[in-house]
Amino acid sequence: MTIAVSILPAQQLAVLNDAYRKAVARKRLRFALATAVFVATLIIAAVGAEVNLRTFFTHFGNFVSYFDRVLTLEDGTRVWTNIGEWLWGWQKWSLLLGETILISYVGTLAGAVLAFALNFLAAENTAPAAWLRILVKRFLEFCRTVPDIVFALIFVIAFGLGPMAGVLAITIHCIGALGKQYSEIVENIDMRPVEGVRSTGAGWISCMRFAVLPQVAAGFAGYTLLRFEINVRGASVMGFVGAGGIGQELVVAIRKFYYSDVSAILLMIVLTVFVIDIGTGWIRGRLFGRDRHA
Amino acid sequence: MTESPKPDFEGLRARHPEVFDRPLSARLATPTMMIAAFSVFVFGLIDLEFSPSRFFSGLHQLGWIALMMIPPDPGSSLPVYLVALGETLSIALLGTTLAAVFALPVSLLAARNIVPSSIFRFPVRRFLDSIRGVDTLIWALVWINVVGLGPFAGVLAIAVADFGAFGKLFSEAIEAADRKQVEGIRASGGNALHEIRFGLMPQVLPVIAGQVLYFIESNTRSATIIGIVGAGGIGLQLAEQIRVLEWQKVSFLILMILVAVAAIDWISSKLRFAIIGRRAVV
Repeated sequence: MTIAVSILPAQQLAVLNDAYRKAVARKRLRFALATAVFVATLIIAAVGAEVNLRTFFTHFGNFVSYFDRVLTLEDGTRVWTNIGEWLWGWQKWSLLLGETILISYVGTLAGAVLAFALNFLAAENTAPAAWLRILVKRFLEFCRTVPDIVFALIFVIAFGLGPMAGVLAITIHCIGALGKQYSEIVENIDMRPVEGVRSTGAGWISCMRFAVLPQVAAGFAGYTLLRFEINVRGASVMGFVGAGGIGQELVVAIRKFYYSDVSAILLMIVLTVFVIDIGTGWIRGRLFGRDRHA
Repeated sequence: MTESPKPDFEGLRARHPEVFDRPLSARLATPTMMIAAFSVFVFGLIDLEFSPSRFFSGLHQLGWIALMMIPPDPGSSLPVYLVALGETLSIALLGTTLAAVFALPVSLLAARNIVPSSIFRFPVRRFLDSIRGVDTLIWALVWINVVGLGPFAGVLAIAVADFGAFGKLFSEAIEAADRKQVEGIRASGGNALHEIRFGLMPQVLPVIAGQVLYFIESNTRSATIIGIVGAGGIGLQLAEQIRVLEWQKVSFLILMILVAVAAIDWISSKLRFAIIGRRAVV
């Protein structure tokens, strides 16, 4: 078999090789520098965060055996051999999980309504005045940057212990997050229907109702469902600071080393989140599916 | 001014029956859904012990707290707060890096174009899903049991929680990669590892780097809250000052968090553009 690879003259090859090496060397140098800076930052961070590899390795066995302990009942048998004993508190926990879902539902709905009222003022193409837009945007930013659990901590002091503080914390966070997502949808709409409605002499509110809303309703619903899903996760830890829901039970179980309870409650939370994920996914599919027909 | 001709309602009605004569079920669907949603909302308010008097007295209290917060003032503990903020940033950076390093090999196992057999892929995916189902705060509590109170527990909590998220995101990025470059490597005689190293990684790494930067940003927020359960950083200070009702310090700490998050946002978006160009991010 003959080999048909043409070999370039040595001179030409040398020039090409040289250029190639130079290009690669520059790229490698850049990469090495970036890596060095990154590693240096990591080392500083490691000192700052009191990383102690010795504690880590001596206690890592603890981490693994923690799961072993969590999956063992008090009489030393595996949890799944005696489901009734493992999930002994399922009635109480289901009620608390129901409360968690309700907290997230009420918080999401209240937040969505308020975000809906505010988002038209924050979107560039529908805002009635520039100063109002900037004001509303800053407010939304504040609402979503402060973590909801910090709001919950403060609200627990103002409104007392209980689910009310959790609901309000989720509402505030939801206004910030949904307000931003809503106004982004509104900024992407087709403006011709708005002009059409305005040309008939309609006021601002009618423009929003008849020209903007029909274009954005499905997108709004999709984001709201997604937010509900996120808030169920968020509400499951609200109890850590005394703001209602299943979190209270979980934190007690973890702190007091009720091992099998930890796994039972976690299992129920993960299952609930899973079911809510599937449920909202199904509703989203139906909403957008129906939209395609219309 | 001439009067415009009257619209031909009869003709319109005849031509577009679907607009004028919608079936009753379609017309009732939206109001029914709204009423149902609203009644669940009212049930929720009652069940969660909302009452107007409680709400307004709480609001009154809240207004009072807001007044007490002005002006924000760290008192004499500014150095302590700065150290705590540094700790928070360190937690976010280290936790995210650790998660990314461990998630990359696992995400290969969860990607359809690397592991075609769903028998192997399925358990890996469910494993990642269940890690993601557990909140960062819960992981923080578990790690505090293992390595004790302090920022190290926070690093490990963020690392584990993000491991689940990264595993999923990375495997999606790998699945979206172009097949042709991998085939090119195979055609020139490369083995499976060569295919991954020279065919996949150059396509996937910029996307992954963008996602990691985005997570460092969002983890700065998470790192502020895991302090509340005792895992170090500025959240610890914040929770303490809220409990002892030092409102001026609380508002100062919240401002510090807002500024730090904005700064990290800015830096990481600059870095993101430097790495992947002005393409759409994530």
